[in-house]
Amino acid sequence: MKVVVCMKQTPDTEATIKIASDGKGIEEQNIKWIMSPYDEFAVEEAIRIKEKQGGETVVVTLGTERVVEAMRTALAMGIDRGVHCVDPAFVGSDALATAKILASVIKAENPDLVLCGRQGIDLDQAQVPAYLAEILGWPQVYAVAKLEIQGNKAICNRRIEGGEEIVETSLPAVLTCDKGLNEPRYASLPGIMKAKKKEIKKWTLAQTGLSANDVGASGAKLKVVGYMPLPERPPGKIFKEQDTAEMVKQVVKLLREEAKVI
Amino acid sequence: MASGVLIFAEQREGKFRKVAFELLNIGKQIADKLGGPLSAVVVGKGIKDLASSLGKYGAQKVYVIDGDQFALYSTEAYASAVAEAAKKADAAVLLTGNTAMGKDLTPRVAAKLGVGMATDCTALEVEGGKLIATRPVYSGKCYLKVEFAGTPAVASVRPNTYPTASEAGGTAELVEISVSVEPKAKVKEVIKTGEGKIELTEAERIVSGGRGIKDKANFKILEELASVIKAAVGASRAAVDSGYATVDMQVGQTGKIVNPTLYMAFGISGAIQHLAGMRTSKVIVAVNKDPEAPIFQKADYGIVDDLFKVAPIMTEEFKKLLKE
Repeated sequence: MKVVVCMKQTPDTEATIKIASDGKGIEEQNIKWIMSPYDEFAVEEAIRIKEKQGGETVVVTLGTERVVEAMRTALAMGIDRGVHCVDPAFVGSDALATAKILASVIKAENPDLVLCGRQGIDLDQAQVPAYLAEILGWPQVYAVAKLEIQGNKAICNRRIEGGEEIVETSLPAVLTCDKGLNEPRYASLPGIMKAKKKEIKKWTLAQTGLSANDVGASGAKLKVVGYMPLPERPPGKIFKEQDTAEMVKQVVKLLREEAKVI
Repeated sequence: MASGVLIFAEQREGKFRKVAFELLNIGKQIADKLGGPLSAVVVGKGIKDLASSLGKYGAQKVYVIDGDQFALYSTEAYASAVAEAAKKADAAVLLTGNTAMGKDLTPRVAAKLGVGMATDCTALEVEGGKLIATRPVYSGKCYLKVEFAGTPAVASVRPNTYPTASEAGGTAELVEISVSVEPKAKVKEVIKTGEGKIELTEAERIVSGGRGIKDKANFKILEELASVIKAAVGASRAAVDSGYATVDMQVGQTGKIVNPTLYMAFGISGAIQHLAGMRTSKVIVAVNKDPEAPIFQKADYGIVDDLFKVAPIMTEEFKKLLKE
């Protein structure tokens, strides 16, 4: 079975985010970049599928040279090779444009399965996989927490309010991976050494068959108006070093009289 | 020209999710500003009466897609149905709830319509006749405002962001649409695990426990507190990973995004991943032994003390208060 994993590099969850001076983005310098944590579940699942039934695994990502590092992490974990979509025309792509670019790679790779993370932890949009599935004409299942491949179909469990849905889909399909699917492995030292030699193919606008107007900022259907800092929260009323019952009484009173939530 | 607002009224087993009524409320406000009608779309099996009941909550037209193939949720079937309704309604704005179904469905609808979408919005405004959506990004460390190049503007809205529409007693015109799709992915079974529990993402009040709870059995003291104030019980990732709580209780970036009126955190330090899941709560109460815990920076009210001492006293205090 051939599995393609779509991966995104994002700022580390702990990173301090500063809004750029033009208000249209964030300051990208001095940030630690990581593979989006949900994408680790996708990478791990792809490797496990190959370990079980053989085949090939490919990781695809979109971005500047910076994102190659996250791709190497996927290769070090055990993915066979990578495709790096990089072109000045791609800069500023929204979810739809990103999906168009990724779809061009997937059509060329012709896999049995595409795995993505549930969402990138930067913009938390969770849109690219659905756009991708629609462009490819494939089924999709969002937030898979348990996966079983049976021949040319996949049985997926996904969490819903108050329970779980069990979804059966034919393959090929686009599945997005949720927490609980697996425990992603750490890259081993030999894995890291091997990753350095693994192929990363460049994929530019010419190879996508798209026009420059389909992608990048010019093709974007969603326009950034601006980023805004969080409104200042007034300092809270914190009680300490008093009798427990006394502190509790005060907070309960405030919840009723000041906050009016009880 | 497209000017109306269409809302997707999610139902399961003949019952609307609460967010459907929240969307009718904000949808009406947007429709009025755009000078267009408010309509709704309902997808399911045997749901015509249910659909027409939305007239009482302000929907002028309700698009109904009713049939066997819509009995259980299916991405492809539901997305085709909602996209058809959006075209029929010539909607300028399409709103959905950011629920488990909405997260799967909405981007697929946007893809079918070839437009952009804004996910998990916490504010919607109309400026210069256009929808502007605000949404938290980067683990809730800042907000992003977006606008839309195509029509309709598609936005999924975080549950509990807007009050529900009140029953005013209008009637809606029903418009039946027939949509035929052969979905490749099908829901085979729905397993219910949370019956009788208040759903975290819809809860008005949440009592959550973290690492400080120390044992699965200790959640009982938070459950007692929660039952007195009719709250749902949540947990931090640390509590879930330590086996004190189940995954469906997890609040945070890798769990559920919650948006209650009151959020009470017991023994939760307030890691960024947790804050990402509850930061938009209107009132936050923190109880923690450690005065340096980051949660106190976000709390409106805090008690620096042992949660095992605080929680039972608080339960009694709430009981007394609510008896009055």
